Amino acid sequence: MAPEFKAIADHALLVTFADEISDSAHGAVLALDAALGAAPPEGMIETVPAMVNLLVSFDPIVTDHDAIKTHVQGCLRATIEAPSAGTSRIVQVCYDAPFSPDLEAVSAATGLAPESVIQAHLAGDFRVLMYGFAPGYAYLSGVAKAIQVPRKPAPVRDVPAGSVIIAGPQCLVTTLTMPTGWSIIGRSPTAILTGDADHPFLFDVGDRVTFERIDAATFAKLNKAGADG
Amino acid sequence: MAEAAFTVAFAGPLVTVQDAGRPGHMRFGVPASGAMDRLAFDAANAALGNESGQTGIEISLGGLILQCTQGPVTVAIAGGDFTVQLGSQKTRSWTVLTVQKGERLSITAGKAGSWAYLAVAGRIMAPEWLGRQATHSTSGFGGGALQTGQTITLSDASLREDRLGDIRKPDFQASGPIRVVTGPQDQHFAKETVARFLSDSFTVSDAYDRMGMRLKGPELPLAGALSIPSEPIVRGSVQVSGDGVPTVLLADHQTTGGYPKIATVISPDIDRLAQYRAGQSLRCVEITSAQAVAEARSYALGKADYLAEVSVARGTLAQRLMRENLNHGCVFD
Repeated sequence: MAPEFKAIADHALLVTFADEISDSAHGAVLALDAALGAAPPEGMIETVPAMVNLLVSFDPIVTDHDAIKTHVQGCLRATIEAPSAGTSRIVQVCYDAPFSPDLEAVSAATGLAPESVIQAHLAGDFRVLMYGFAPGYAYLSGVAKAIQVPRKPAPVRDVPAGSVIIAGPQCLVTTLTMPTGWSIIGRSPTAILTGDADHPFLFDVGDRVTFERIDAATFAKLNKAGADG
Repeated sequence: MAEAAFTVAFAGPLVTVQDAGRPGHMRFGVPASGAMDRLAFDAANAALGNESGQTGIEISLGGLILQCTQGPVTVAIAGGDFTVQLGSQKTRSWTVLTVQKGERLSITAGKAGSWAYLAVAGRIMAPEWLGRQATHSTSGFGGGALQTGQTITLSDASLREDRLGDIRKPDFQASGPIRVVTGPQDQHFAKETVARFLSDSFTVSDAYDRMGMRLKGPELPLAGALSIPSEPIVRGSVQVSGDGVPTVLLADHQTTGGYPKIATVISPDIDRLAQYRAGQSLRCVEITSAQAVAEARSYALGKADYLAEVSVARGTLAQRLMRENLNHGCVFD
């Protein structure tokens, strides 16, 4: 896939593989991200993988757009192997009231019984596409077609951290109390912001995610353990 | 080593603990944060002889009033043109002074500028997140926002009498229009829209915080699809929302977003842009990415020279009086 290169100000290069979201474009982003991680060019500060492109930020005192571009082109010529499958991560989720205020609405919109909505969500094939919006907000692809619903017309305020929310083909586990226009179908005690200095975020981009159903009593126990820890 | 302590008698909104920021976590949704005006922040630390990036306090137009409950300690205040009052002594930002136990230090909005920095001869005790004390304002992670009534404790507090007095303001920064490189999503705008963005004047709106600065001016309509895939954002990205209004993303920016970015402010112009206030007008001018790199390098050299000069101690009181006598050609008796 031949990417397009765009200079961003004095300190970054945006490498874009496609205009539209696709598995192959995201695969190319992950492959380049891995290649640059393994062999970073001099002066590179960080890379930011997104849906169809990768940002490469650099120190303009040390290097420039052309040198970064040349290095990226070298990586693209060298990496033909598919990106790694990603690590599998488990996220626990309680779908019981009061943690699933939009379950009924999703049920009404899709014509599925609430229990079928839950089963369809659990059966999803989730992959971490990118982070954005706020710290630890990992956008997961893979919501089953049967329960894909659009965003609400207006966001709801003060949605608690840990909410499991869906919109279209995407799912996300929130990490902060924030507004959202997505549908809230459950609550998770699993910490995405782990508090572990060596591994502060649960997912890497490209990881696979499986949701595991828990009941309200288990949620209460795990959530308390997390808060105490 | 000595401790010093302040009670926060008053803190306006968005008065936060900041340091040089935490680069390297954008892939996890975490922007670098750190001081909005990095030059003024660095100058305040340099004026005390602190190491670069030492934690200080960023003061918004809301202002900050501190009551010293344990001291003394020497502090530096830089950035904008804020009003500074220590006891009955009234001065302005760009100054180094010593605060004694029982004294009240107030730093409030003055004639110009949106942000001032308080650096201290000591270490501010505040929470870290991902190894840094910089506050990410939307989450509150890091050192945090100061709250009226709280206590700020400094360890290793010291007196630095050889550093008292005015801090020379930087004069190497560019003035005039804010320099931008167009893109990276300028293809989502008609040519005339990009031309209008580069020729018309915009006003800073009230919607200005650590995440970004919304501008008022001519509408910048998006050509075609609004729903582009979410793409990475940097500090300085000028994002245009569906209603055609541009916002310059700043220290606590989102790391990705689905609105197209018409242009990106070059890093040497972000500190001076951050000091604009609501109601002030500005214009943008286009430069090439190669020129932007050259400007970033010359800015870095200018900044290094400036900070090196500011970080030189002025000497003891006797030495300073002697030097000033010589300079002014009069005799001290």
